[in-house]
Amino acid sequence: MDTALYGIPVLGILFQIGGYLIAVLPTAAPTILAAATPLGFGALCGVACERSGVVNIGIEGTMLTAAFTGWIVAIASVGILGKMDPGPLGITPALLIGLVAAILSAVGVSLLHAWLSISLRVDQIISGTIINIAAIGITGYLNNVISAASPTSAGQFQKVVPPTVLTDLPVVGWLFEAVFNQGPITISLLVCVVVVQVLLFRSRWGLRTRAVGEHPKAAETVGIDVIRLRYRNVLIGGVFAGLGGAFMSMELSNAFQANGIAGRGFIALAALIVGRWTPVGAFGAALFFSLFLTLGQTINFLPPVGDLGTIVKAIPAQVFSALPYIATIVVLTGLIGRSTPPAADGRPYEREATA
Amino acid sequence: MTAPSTPPASSTPPAAARPPRFRIGSDRIGELRTAIVLPLAAVVLAILIGSIFIYAADLISHKGAFDFLKPITAYAALVKGSILGFDPIVDTLKQAAPLVLGGLAVALGFKAGLFNIGVQGQFLMGVLGSVAVGVALSKEPVWIAAPLAVLAGTLCGAAIGGLVGVLKAYSGAHEVVTTIMLNYIAGNILAAFVVGPLRVPRAPAPVTFGVGNASLPIFLGKTGHVGILIAIVAVVVIWWILYRTTFGFEIRTAGANPEAARYAGMRPRRIIVLTMAIAGGLGGLAGAGELLGVTHQTQSSFATTVGFDAIAVALLARSNPVAIIPAALLFGAMRAGAGQMQIQAGTPRELVDVLQAMILLVLVILPVLARRLGGRGARVVPAEAQTITKSYASESVPS
Repeated sequence: MDTALYGIPVLGILFQIGGYLIAVLPTAAPTILAAATPLGFGALCGVACERSGVVNIGIEGTMLTAAFTGWIVAIASVGILGKMDPGPLGITPALLIGLVAAILSAVGVSLLHAWLSISLRVDQIISGTIINIAAIGITGYLNNVISAASPTSAGQFQKVVPPTVLTDLPVVGWLFEAVFNQGPITISLLVCVVVVQVLLFRSRWGLRTRAVGEHPKAAETVGIDVIRLRYRNVLIGGVFAGLGGAFMSMELSNAFQANGIAGRGFIALAALIVGRWTPVGAFGAALFFSLFLTLGQTINFLPPVGDLGTIVKAIPAQVFSALPYIATIVVLTGLIGRSTPPAADGRPYEREATA
Repeated sequence: MTAPSTPPASSTPPAAARPPRFRIGSDRIGELRTAIVLPLAAVVLAILIGSIFIYAADLISHKGAFDFLKPITAYAALVKGSILGFDPIVDTLKQAAPLVLGGLAVALGFKAGLFNIGVQGQFLMGVLGSVAVGVALSKEPVWIAAPLAVLAGTLCGAAIGGLVGVLKAYSGAHEVVTTIMLNYIAGNILAAFVVGPLRVPRAPAPVTFGVGNASLPIFLGKTGHVGILIAIVAVVVIWWILYRTTFGFEIRTAGANPEAARYAGMRPRRIIVLTMAIAGGLGGLAGAGELLGVTHQTQSSFATTVGFDAIAVALLARSNPVAIIPAALLFGAMRAGAGQMQIQAGTPRELVDVLQAMILLVLVILPVLARRLGGRGARVVPAEAQTITKSYASESVPS
């Protein structure tokens, strides 16, 4: 009897939460997809690495390096090329050069991780952690040096404006808004997710990658160069991490923030696990986490009304800031054991002794 | 056991497949040499690489003509601010104390095969616990207030560390991800309390009251607080636990070979939870020491890089509790001298972070390269830590 009485307000609140989500989600949808972009690219980096058997904890540091390099190279390019009027999507030569530099820097960091963990067989998590520490230290130091000169930003990529014919459609209009009212990097993520998903399960590269990640010895026996394939995959992962980092400093904002990835590289790892090491699954998980990331912010400037509003007001704002991190732990805790990693994930490969 | 697809041959460490390069009997000397020569080489190389960064800063900021001797000026200021004189030395000791405790928190985890990246969060919980109790007891006699505040900080750290252990032991969630998430969560918890119940009423910005009598007593110079002594005691206690108790033996066994530990009837879950709780307690103790000994109050965020610094200390000390002291002194000295360096040479204090990262990088690369080139080099990362990545990628929940 008592519990039944408690049930009514709880149900009512749940109902209100549902109503709030339905009211807010269409408006927040573009923000959610944008917030999922670094997570999605980070997770794609994880897919490329871990499917071939290399654990990459250093995604965070790789993205941070890319964010910094892209930002500063774009600024330097403006200094050399002179200021130019942005073309469509805010694209300028300087921004493109910055984007390329961001990707290259991330590939460079990935090469370090590959060398440490594949060739030198340093513990892969230690290697990734050192990359994270080094990235925070070096970008923080250089950012400090550069900020003293207070450079003018080279701008950022602008969003596509989808035709109103599509966005004004009833019921599904907001979906077009969410998917297409985005910058070029976010839209490229959608393409990348689909392409990697198809390649991973339908191409020779994908079959070899999965073979090396599951049973490298067997793969080597049929003539696949395990070491080379792992190197290649970690470097491909670097390209994705580079795009994720560039997004942070060249599309989401036009500036670099010290330690500005703020754990997204690690949430991406959790998304990878939740998404069972598939690109589409990981992207879905990334959307789920960015829902919390966005909700934590939305709730502050668009607070719900009624009973729910009273409750939300009573909860410290920090609870909502912590939501994505809490959600990561909760989901991770509930899912491990039901999500199986590639069998050779994290195990260094050593050829049979030849000498 | 849960990976039947792995052939038994690959489960033996690669080193076993090679002919032994060490002669039996010279092991100890070789061990001693790597423990001293390797870190020294890493520090020297890092200083050299650091000079490049000093030049870079000089070039970017365009201050006057190119100064070829700039690194020497900067490093001289760093040394001057850290060890030349009584006050700088006290400052170094103060900076080293939390690094000792944090380093122990990471090293203890390594010994059990756990990677504790959560010192940051444990530290912040220690700050929260000690400021909450410290402010409440700020009018009580010091011998009641200070110990209770320290205890509160330690317990808060132990709670968040223990939570990581429970998550790992009962659901298999890897500590590398959970500790990092908890670092952000802990920052938010601290902020929530300082903005909320602990805030000084009508203060323009959220800040707590001072801890008054709960402050740690000063025993050295003007600012050398008892936290320095606590750190030394902690080293002794952790050494004693690890090498003189059954539990310590279990920790080391579980870290070196989890299968063997289970086979011998040790309970991995219990070891994981207890180890993480103790490690968390050490992190919390570090936070309590900083709050009660140095800042005496806190704003809604507490600036610290102790989380990563602690990993650097533990790796430099190769997880040896006693070696943590010199490693922490080195990094503490760099932190203490960084201010002088910034003032006198104009080199940003973040150079210390660069140096720290370079030391780690060299420390990991050098021995492997040395081994490749045919010389004798030991693993820098303790053998136990080799199970970290394995447990990350295993689907099994420890039983």
